[in-house]
Amino acid sequence: MTKSINKEPYQQAYYPPTPTGITKYMRSNLIWQLIRFVMINLKMLKLMRKSH
Amino acid sequence: MSQIVILGAGIAGHTAARYLHTLLPAEHQIVVVSPNPQWNWVPSNIWVGVGQMSEKEVSFDLAEIYKKTRIDFKQAKGIAIHPEGSSTQSKPYVTIESTLAHTAGQIESIEYDYLINATGPKLNFGATEGLGPDHGHTVSVCTAEHASEANHKLQLIIAALKRGEKKTIVIGTGHGTCTCQGAAFEYIYNVDHVLREAGVRQLARLVWISNEYELGDFGMGGVHIERGGYITNGKTFAESLMVERDIEWIVRAHTKKIEAGKIHYETLDGAFHELDFDFSMLIPPFNGVGLKAYNKADEDITVQVFAASGFMKVDADYTARPYAEWSANDWPKTYQNPSYPNLFAIGIAFAPPHLISKPMQSANGTPINPAPPRTGMPSAAMAIAVAKSICDMINGAEGPTHTASMAKMGAACVASTGAHLLRGSAATMTVYPIVPDYETYPKYGRDLKLTFGEIGLAGHWLKTLLHYTFIYQARLKPGWRFLPD
Repeated sequence: MTKSINKEPYQQAYYPPTPTGITKYMRSNLIWQLIRFVMINLKMLKLMRKSH
Repeated sequence: MSQIVILGAGIAGHTAARYLHTLLPAEHQIVVVSPNPQWNWVPSNIWVGVGQMSEKEVSFDLAEIYKKTRIDFKQAKGIAIHPEGSSTQSKPYVTIESTLAHTAGQIESIEYDYLINATGPKLNFGATEGLGPDHGHTVSVCTAEHASEANHKLQLIIAALKRGEKKTIVIGTGHGTCTCQGAAFEYIYNVDHVLREAGVRQLARLVWISNEYELGDFGMGGVHIERGGYITNGKTFAESLMVERDIEWIVRAHTKKIEAGKIHYETLDGAFHELDFDFSMLIPPFNGVGLKAYNKADEDITVQVFAASGFMKVDADYTARPYAEWSANDWPKTYQNPSYPNLFAIGIAFAPPHLISKPMQSANGTPINPAPPRTGMPSAAMAIAVAKSICDMINGAEGPTHTASMAKMGAACVASTGAHLLRGSAATMTVYPIVPDYETYPKYGRDLKLTFGEIGLAGHWLKTLLHYTFIYQARLKPGWRFLPD
């Protein structure tokens, strides 16, 4: 799909940002995702405290 | 002794029942009325719709759970509310119609001291010709049964793809006024995920179609989040994910009609289009379930108690105003009906004062704008506030003592983009408040410290954890009350 994008600049897929390899890797890196899991839970608890 | 009747046993109704049962002394009676014998954890239906969970894993028998408590469960649907009683009955009551096989159609009256309307939506497939699994050409994931049927049809598509055939899959909203874009969003990414797992993704064209003005609106007017040194609209991330997964998108669309294999839609610029498909899951618009209301003289007062949409009027400000004059204060706080203080509506059943997203009309005058979401976390918060208010009112309080305004509460949404312990992912989003408050947060309407979003495997773990936690809690297993709602 990405090979043809540069030849068709007005395709909708041409404009949005796309993740780099490192971004995609970090999304599934177990250690980083364990840290994110904890952080997301903390953020949600903070949100719930404020909501109640 | 007071009798509290709850119409509906979804997330809102069942949460209210749980809290009333815990907070009220045993002399008070709680009656739950639901036409469906099963409780369904709706957020996991998308996994049923792609064959990664069964109907049994996302639902359980309500009567069996309520047997362990003093909650009286009636399998029936609400027909009419008589908030003043009637010419022959002095106390307020509600009429219900049994949906049990051996008593189907039998009408019963139940008196109440307090009534909570938590009936949820009527899935209004009839709003668009050809929409829906029963009389139309599309599938749905709105109920566990619908999702199971959707999976059955999806597997046929996957089998055809494995034979080398090319297929077009269209997922999104089936009308210009739909809400619940999030469920469709999750479904399209889960379909993408299972097609990739099956090794056939390259043969499928995936198309998103929705009534949002821009991707990532979700009926909340979109969100802004801080990321990479910028304050960025969620549209950027939503479009990015679509591109990453090779999904095309059509927004600002009102689905007008569906024929076998063809969707007819109108866009905000007034143009009419057609889109061919082999498999399509489109969310229907929601209406109230059609409850009626009658006064003491048995006169129909439905328009006094309910909005035109069929949702119940509560303590919102329903004064018709232009968008520029909408305020966070228009949104209800106590969910008490303005005419009858012992009548409440929570979850999808309450009538919102207006949209959250900006109202839009096509050049032909067709409204194309998402309706406000009010499922999940907000539903539970409303249910808890109303349950506590009723307890206090039973104990002598003059009016509701607890509030849960959507303009004062946040919401967390974990949207699955593929289910797998190691290869899964989900978009995790929080917003605070749900309804933008431009007086407190003038630029974006929300607190950017509490509004964030990210995608990754951790989101999938969280969604899985929430699935098991909330089903455990809803089944009233030991310690349920210590779990967050």
